[in-house]
Amino acid sequence: MSGPLLQVKSVETYYGNIRALGGVDVEVNSGEIVCLIGANGAGKSTLMMTICGSPQARAGSVIFEGQDITRMPTHEIARLRIAQSPEGRRIFPRMTVFENLQMGASLDNLKYFDEDVEKIFTLFPRLKERQMQRGGTLSGGEQQMLSIGRALMARPKLLLLDEPSLGLAPLIVKGIFEAIKKLNKEQGLTVFLVEQNAFGALKLSDRGYVMVNGQVTMSGSGKELLANPEVRSAYLEGGRH
Amino acid sequence: MSNMTNKLENAGGDLTARALREAFYAGLISLGLFFLFVGLKSDQNILNELILVQRWGLLAVFVIVAAVGRFFVVAYLQPLNARRKASKDAAATTETREGYIKRNFTVIAGVLLILYPILAVALFGVQGSLKWVDNFGIQILIYVMLAWGLNIVVGLAGLLDLGYVAFYAVGAYSYALLSSHFGLSFWLLLPIAGLLAACWGVVLGFPVLRLRGDYLAIVTLAFGEIIRLVLINWTEVTKGTFGVSGIAKASVFGIWSFDISAPNNFAKYFDLPMSSAYYKIFLFYLILALAALTAYVTIRLRRMPIGRAWEALREDEIACRSLGINTVTTKLTAFATGAMFGGFAGSFFAVRQGFVSPESFVFLESAVILAIVVLGGMGSLTGIAIAAVVMIGGTEILRELTFLKSIFGPDFTPELYRMLIFGLAMVVVMVWKPRGFVGSREPTAFLNERKAVSGSFTKEGHG
Repeated sequence: MSGPLLQVKSVETYYGNIRALGGVDVEVNSGEIVCLIGANGAGKSTLMMTICGSPQARAGSVIFEGQDITRMPTHEIARLRIAQSPEGRRIFPRMTVFENLQMGASLDNLKYFDEDVEKIFTLFPRLKERQMQRGGTLSGGEQQMLSIGRALMARPKLLLLDEPSLGLAPLIVKGIFEAIKKLNKEQGLTVFLVEQNAFGALKLSDRGYVMVNGQVTMSGSGKELLANPEVRSAYLEGGRH
Repeated sequence: MSNMTNKLENAGGDLTARALREAFYAGLISLGLFFLFVGLKSDQNILNELILVQRWGLLAVFVIVAAVGRFFVVAYLQPLNARRKASKDAAATTETREGYIKRNFTVIAGVLLILYPILAVALFGVQGSLKWVDNFGIQILIYVMLAWGLNIVVGLAGLLDLGYVAFYAVGAYSYALLSSHFGLSFWLLLPIAGLLAACWGVVLGFPVLRLRGDYLAIVTLAFGEIIRLVLINWTEVTKGTFGVSGIAKASVFGIWSFDISAPNNFAKYFDLPMSSAYYKIFLFYLILALAALTAYVTIRLRRMPIGRAWEALREDEIACRSLGINTVTTKLTAFATGAMFGGFAGSFFAVRQGFVSPESFVFLESAVILAIVVLGGMGSLTGIAIAAVVMIGGTEILRELTFLKSIFGPDFTPELYRMLIFGLAMVVVMVWKPRGFVGSREPTAFLNERKAVSGSFTKEGHG
């Protein structure tokens, strides 16, 4: 198929009358890791949620595999194999790790469950140890692994990750980023990543976008952005890593 | 060493003093609290004048009970609990095996329930068994079934429904009206009543799809009242507050009837003396089967995609949607399934009473059913059944406590204290076990099951 896998065209999203996104253009090609960095409240998570249709964009369009998904309800967008690990992880706290993974596989009605769950357990051996534990009793890092694992159970074409490093120790963040890299390399999984941890995200990604006040102000390859003085002064320096 | 014993004795003396002090305060508080409630009572004399009746003796009983009770709690119960807790903590590591009764609870309970009417007849005779089978057995099982039905909506899907009695009413009136107008049999109307109730579940579900928690509770509460008011005011069809009476009895699948005039009357057929007890025993097994069906369906559904979706919906609606679950249909099926069981229970209620009126479907009923679900532990079938036995059985026992009249005087009616005791019991349970009798959730997928699947996992087409 020609053209990018996901295309966000001059999307505007509002919360009531407050404009959160003011004409955002983003493209994600098949097999890429693309990251979106920016400060608190820049609209990164809003863009993520807009791609998933909640809230829906008021203007512009979101196109996935050539299909306009701007006005589709969230669950139908998910059925096109856009899986999301949402902000705050949102695992099911009273259900076990195993049941959480089952929920992830509900699109195919558990058809590939046994096969896929083995893959997840190889990727995150910690989840295998904890499989009968309730989701809510996991540590933050384990919950993040579970959230990503659950999203992967849906056999996604595009994986959306919203701040996977949020509130985690640097060593665990490193492990999670490595897992993402591995998925991309070995299975050709396309990943669109929203991060505040700009250094780690840009190092991981093929391309990156920088968002300020609901608009994309800069874009380029991960290396270019890492070397860019503006990006450096705004997001990378000041003791971060 | 002697120092230590000294200290202990000191502590003992302190404890008694503290207990006495707290008992005094408790007495004082209850005196203040019950002075106007119990000590004085406004009444009418023969001349229709308002007079004040003074009941100091009763007030004294209340105050003494409070003071003595407090003394015992502080002086004995609290130290005992503290000691027990300490020893339990020490023993916690060794205790892993569950008791025999706990492991086989379902089987034992099922066998006991099946034998229950036979035992009642054996112990109290055919006529004497009536009270036990009807007042205790059937009454409790109706609430078990209702609570299990509501559990699907509240316990599994997490949708707080305060108007569940509406579906009970729909089921009851469906049977009452369709049977008296068209003469259809119970066995035909039971599924129809369930279906109609399920339809009303969907009708309620649609407008409240976007609501959660408190807002949902208020709308469902209103829905329950709307149904009741319609039943009262739509007099041409429902006969309003007079209710529908003379509702046909159920038959044993049309083979034997319980109508006295019918040629295939059960008692006549078997040459037994005429008694309504046979019908009640039949009804007992009927509601037992219906309740068992509810439990079976709930257990099965929890292991199916829709049941998992309900539970996930209770946990996190947004996450559900991002996993491709249609929350609209998931919620509607929860409402419809819960309502359907309410409808079954309703038509059973109509058959049992032979009379339905809007008075049976007041908000209090919804509240009692919800209280059973919450007390039992949301989502736990065993816990809910225990809670129903305690709450409904408790109410029935209160009626039996006629000996209290000799203590509190002939005007004393123990049933009237039902709500007071309910409230007290609820507070106690919520302090002691905040998640209900059975608070832990059983996982639906198990490690050993999964292992079994992985074992055959290399074979094509398995798992």
